[in-house]
Amino acid sequence: MSNSTLPTKQRDHIAAPVSAGLGESVPRPDGTLKVTGDFAYSSDLWADGMLWASTLRSPHPHARIKSINIAPALKINGVSAVLTHDDVPGAKLYGLEIIDQPVLAFDIISFHGEAIAIVAADHPETAKRAAQAIIVEYEILEPVIDADFAISGKAPLIHPGGNITRHVPIRFGPQNLTADVVVKGEYEVGMQDQAPLGPESGLAIPAEDGGIDLYLSTQWLHVDRGQLATVLGLPPEKVRLTLAGVGGAFGAREDLSMQAHVSLLAMRTGKPVKIVYSREESFFGHVHRHPGKLRYEHGVTKEGKLVYVKANIVLDGGAYASSSPAVCANAACFAVGPYEVESATINAYVAYTNNPPCGAMRGFGAVQTAFAYESQMDKIAEVLGIDPIDFRLKNAMARNSLMPTGQPVDSAAPVAEILEKLRAMPLPPITATTEGLDVIELPGGACNVTHGEGVRRGVGYAVGVKNIGFSEGFDDYSTAKVSLQIINGEPVVEVHTAAAEVGQGLVTLKGQIARTELGVQRVVVHVSDTQVGSAGSTSASRQSYVTGGAIMTACRAVREEVLLFAMEKLGHLHPHLLHFRATYVLVDGEIRDGQGRLVSTLTDLVQDRIFECTREYRHRPTTPIDPVTGQGLPHAQFAFAGHRAVVDVDIETGLVKVIEIATVQDVGKALNPQAIEGQLEGGAAQGLGLAILEEIQVVNGKVKNPSFTDYLIPTVLDMPPVRSIILEYADEHAPYGLRGVGEPPTISSTPAIVSAIRAATGLALTRVPIRPEHITSTM
Amino acid sequence: MRLTCTVNGKTEVIDDIWPGESLLYVLRERMGLPGAKNACEQGECGSCSVHIDGVLVCACLVAAGQVEGAQIKTVEGLAGATELHPVQQAYLDSGAVQCGFCTPGLIVATVDLLDKNSDPSENEIREALAGNLCRCTGYAKILDAVRLAAARLEKPGKP
Repeated sequence: MSNSTLPTKQRDHIAAPVSAGLGESVPRPDGTLKVTGDFAYSSDLWADGMLWASTLRSPHPHARIKSINIAPALKINGVSAVLTHDDVPGAKLYGLEIIDQPVLAFDIISFHGEAIAIVAADHPETAKRAAQAIIVEYEILEPVIDADFAISGKAPLIHPGGNITRHVPIRFGPQNLTADVVVKGEYEVGMQDQAPLGPESGLAIPAEDGGIDLYLSTQWLHVDRGQLATVLGLPPEKVRLTLAGVGGAFGAREDLSMQAHVSLLAMRTGKPVKIVYSREESFFGHVHRHPGKLRYEHGVTKEGKLVYVKANIVLDGGAYASSSPAVCANAACFAVGPYEVESATINAYVAYTNNPPCGAMRGFGAVQTAFAYESQMDKIAEVLGIDPIDFRLKNAMARNSLMPTGQPVDSAAPVAEILEKLRAMPLPPITATTEGLDVIELPGGACNVTHGEGVRRGVGYAVGVKNIGFSEGFDDYSTAKVSLQIINGEPVVEVHTAAAEVGQGLVTLKGQIARTELGVQRVVVHVSDTQVGSAGSTSASRQSYVTGGAIMTACRAVREEVLLFAMEKLGHLHPHLLHFRATYVLVDGEIRDGQGRLVSTLTDLVQDRIFECTREYRHRPTTPIDPVTGQGLPHAQFAFAGHRAVVDVDIETGLVKVIEIATVQDVGKALNPQAIEGQLEGGAAQGLGLAILEEIQVVNGKVKNPSFTDYLIPTVLDMPPVRSIILEYADEHAPYGLRGVGEPPTISSTPAIVSAIRAATGLALTRVPIRPEHITSTM
Repeated sequence: MRLTCTVNGKTEVIDDIWPGESLLYVLRERMGLPGAKNACEQGECGSCSVHIDGVLVCACLVAAGQVEGAQIKTVEGLAGATELHPVQQAYLDSGAVQCGFCTPGLIVATVDLLDKNSDPSENEIREALAGNLCRCTGYAKILDAVRLAAARLEKPGKP
């Protein structure tokens, strides 16, 4: 191709030549491109003669397709192709865990926004108009819109296997214990959206070998490739994926969205095809966080010791499975929270309905349960007349506590310390009635709806737990290729993985690890693509652990080869190399012996050789859980965090102003403190969104608010300062002792804010997000 | 339709524009300036913020024909030949960039704020940036960046 903007040309980062190893707040190597506007996101790509794609989506949540007439679209000037399910050359269905979702709908429409046909044209507007010109005849069917009804046995079947996508029972300890005090509660979580700012987008280029080169945003290149190869009817090696710049993910990019569509159009037209979703289409084009109903019963002693927890959790998975089975398992495994309990009886279900499909979002099943169990913990403390923190401390998990799966927590579990530290942090002053206060600091802000008269202050606490890495026996690994060579007289390390950088900063960490392990300042981070082995998914807070581990291992293999080579060439001068090789180090571009004496510079030793090693890294194995008892060792690592929220609530308008969020999180080892703070602050913001702002409104199966006008994510006016304390209790099982960081900030932030609002209002507030009318209608 | 305007100091003449195209589309797809971002194309997120004749706007809400003869400044026009704009440098130094999709729009909005108010209060910063959504950072480090940029612009040479 003569002319194009592709990520391969823009995104090989030369890490800044500064001392920037592990533990330092190293700046992002892609930062300069991002602040100048030159960073090539998947929606910025361009190729000579490229076409634009558009999608026709169903306006109905449930319908039978009687006919599809594409002729009117084909007649439009500038249209190159219009494809339906008939044009899918390979498998017509795809899916992450269960293969149940059509690439393009046939026979039955199962949710509002399901893709039916795709168009390629010479201008995005032409493509959009052509898609709208396609005539689809529907027979409208009644949608199944309630998850409880869907699994009741009385509902029509959404899929032939039944409407229960998965049921995870857990039976831990003696069943049917009795207790002094029994507290019941029923909680509901609305449907949250990941709302990454970068829209789903990609550029597909047909290759001369009949294959396809796809430049895109995703969270897992290889699992996309596997699904695409099946759908496109191509061998996997002919489906080559390259990660373009990714504008956030948060789970929204785990499933296929535009990948198959844009590739099919490129293969059909023989031209490069670009697709960029609008914000509205983005809301329809990716899965959401499962809404759920959670019914709890806690039994406790009068002294405040948990005896049993019973939970019945029903998650609405929507029309297709996505990652519902794994989300359901997480909801079950973390249904009790970071607490010790003698007995747990848990049933978690995920249902098929005709609502939008739900799957991965930051927190992955642990978010919904944390809202429920932390609400229960507050409620029990109130019934017992015990301070809610003291009550939690009586039951807090510690090292060697058992999870309800029977799995011991065999590394640090500083739940008590997290709670104590949260409690000890100073509280912000009460400001609402202060003379001359800027109205922007009050609930309702610039709308100027109060001068402080109805404003009540509340403080709330919550703590949460989640697994890091893939679970239940999944072979969870990553691959790294690391090379060392001399370029222009200077040693240079190149790190190549398929791991998706989605904003979290793995790209920075890659350089930090390579510099630390190989003592070389110049590190080139290769663009992520499928030319190297799988890195697994950028999800489950796992990439620092698993891809970090792979890079560490590959770097150490390179180091070993360099030292063996040094032994060969210089052994006669340095006989200790033979026996004490392990004590030799690579530092500042030199090989030094155990006493720090120079053996050779890398430049002198390596010369024109290239040392290259590819290594896979796996976290320790996990096991499936027993399908009847839920017992097993399903998790590789646990992460704990807690939040304290301070809110002002205007009880007259029902408006909430979060004044401050404080958080304490154990990260094992802080490899890049500034990046970790960014995760803690950003994750808390998404938790705030779920607490008081964010919900996809689904009425009768139809999405009512697919826009940033009507789906509200927190602005800088909504988000308060975050006070954070980072704990570092090394996990002896993990590389460098690190613990996954990304998800815990989103788990306990929501219940902490709700707890604070309860404290301010005295209301029960059993549903999130809390709307103003939940506060005003009951005051 | 032909459009003639000045973008980052350079005169641009673009032919064959469909009149329904937004300024954002023309910048991104016809001028090769993808720095203004397309996060919502509904004027809600601020990721496409640019200056037209010195006025901060969302480029997605401006029809291409409306900028005939106008002076447009995008994020691509901020850095010097060898140095970043102090606001860009402050965003980098503060760790205010994660996925970076909101970053160009926030930087343009921050430059606009600091041009008008060299020493903004916390509330003034928050109000000025309330039209720019960020999904990654929780805004804390963005606020740090604005404060750092303001301090450096006030006293050049300040670390």
